[in-house]
Amino acid sequence: MEREEVAVRHVMERYPATRTNLLEILHEIQRAEPRHYLSEASLQAVAEYLRMPLAEVMDAASFYSMYSLTPRGRHVVRVCVSPPCRLFGGEALLKALKERLGVEVGQTTADGAFTLETSSCLGACGNAPALMIDGELFDDVTDAKAAEIIYRVRREDATR
Amino acid sequence: MPRGKTDPKDSARIVLANCGAIDPESLDAAVAAGAYEGLRKVIAERIPPQAVVDEVTRSGLRGRGGAGFPTGKKWSLTAPGAVKYLVCNADEGEPGTFKDRLILEGDPHELVEGMILAGYAIGAREGFVYIRGEYTRSIERMTRAIDQARAAGFLGERILGSDFAFDVVVKRGAGAYVCGDETALIESIEGKRGFPRLKPPYPGQVGLWGHPTVVNNVETLANVPAIVRRGAAWFRSFGTPASPGTKVFLILGDVERPGAIEAEMGTPLRTIVEEYGGGVRGGRRFKGALIGGAAGAFVSEKQIDVAMDFDTPKAQAGAVLGSGSVLVLDEDASVPKLLDEVLEFFEHESCGQCTPCRAGTAQLVRILRRALTSERRGEDLDRLVALAQAMRDTSLCPLGQSPILPIESALRHFRDEFLTCAVPVGRL
Repeated sequence: MEREEVAVRHVMERYPATRTNLLEILHEIQRAEPRHYLSEASLQAVAEYLRMPLAEVMDAASFYSMYSLTPRGRHVVRVCVSPPCRLFGGEALLKALKERLGVEVGQTTADGAFTLETSSCLGACGNAPALMIDGELFDDVTDAKAAEIIYRVRREDATR
Repeated sequence: MPRGKTDPKDSARIVLANCGAIDPESLDAAVAAGAYEGLRKVIAERIPPQAVVDEVTRSGLRGRGGAGFPTGKKWSLTAPGAVKYLVCNADEGEPGTFKDRLILEGDPHELVEGMILAGYAIGAREGFVYIRGEYTRSIERMTRAIDQARAAGFLGERILGSDFAFDVVVKRGAGAYVCGDETALIESIEGKRGFPRLKPPYPGQVGLWGHPTVVNNVETLANVPAIVRRGAAWFRSFGTPASPGTKVFLILGDVERPGAIEAEMGTPLRTIVEEYGGGVRGGRRFKGALIGGAAGAFVSEKQIDVAMDFDTPKAQAGAVLGSGSVLVLDEDASVPKLLDEVLEFFEHESCGQCTPCRAGTAQLVRILRRALTSERRGEDLDRLVALAQAMRDTSLCPLGQSPILPIESALRHFRDEFLTCAVPVGRL
């Protein structure tokens, strides 16, 4: 617990303690947190750092889809479900990924490796379907390509 | 090189001129291709800010975010004030749209220069570029370009030895379509949830932290350096009298070559689909298209010759240019299914602040699904239109005001398909 608090403080102190930096601070805390989420303790620390009521920090943190208030896997897979992506392979891709990972949208694999999420649009519509893993975009994603990406991430984890 | 570019034989290139042609991470490459020449000219010739506003006004540049508001006028309407802000809206979330990403990734210095010139013109000392959080690479490239520009003296205090000071800060969004609305975006920069503000007052009067603020789209600002460098008359040699210049079009769906193309304003839809997009995939029949994204409108094959500028689609086809996205549908595509997905998108992205949009977007999805399985489809479809009209009239921001566009146009052109289709529509 103590080490986490130090990590959160370390992230926050890179930014001046003004409210305009709230979103950036939340992004960076979430990235540094091994389970890629915003814990109540983190949000409390942010509220103190920015001298804001916790309720207002929660108000923002709960609004934006890229923030998670519950623990996630080591990797977050976001499949684009924008209308164009869905029509051109996104629906099939999501179904295939659910089967491959054995989870529904919003769930984390039993080994804690992947959380499956959707995104309203990743801006890769010219090369649909698309998905993003930990901020890295992949487009023209076939089932085989998705399998390869998942395999690669798992292998990188194993060698770490 | 940015992905998704269709063809190098574009009819006209202004904003994408360097995309794919230069190393976007190199300031030297950008400068060799003409970056910051407009800024140098303004500083060296001591061109006053009002003259920059006048030149942009004369160019006829209109906002490329979709609304088409004259940029020079927007700059002129800014209230006087000691503190003003320039905000670049790079929260590109309209489904089917990735033009701003091509600029952010392919030629970030063009945008940085556009922001500096706009800041100079309106009298701002500080600018923000609000980039959607999903655009990881855009955020990296823009951040690097700003640091390079500052180190080279194009940003910061005493720019190029003058008394002009201006700096740009990158702000990262966190996943909210509604933040594409300029007032929601301002709230987000202030560190709050992205709830749109009631207008008026407009940001030009009361914007970021209460100060006069100009919010311009990426593609709009990316046009400014060329206008300053080469003049309004040159810019007007492209496009139409009412919509001068070029537009980045995104060609998607059932076409041979999906991607992005920069073409003159007023280019016929047919040229965009057939020449730039390579025609409908597999030589099939063009059934129609969804133009302008989710907040756009459907056109049918009868409108394939419509000129794609700000005004003609509206006047001739009841459509909108919007973001420039063209989602092509072939003869087998299901308009009811696409509309269902569009309505589900709105339901998901409604921010929940105002009741007409929060409750209305959910009802639209339900009514359409019920309509497609009911005995009295016609009545339910009419109800869908009536609700969307009420939402247009009563919602706080463009999100709730927009569903009428795809709904009304889909039913105008494809009502028979809605009355007869057997397509099961359901969630993923």
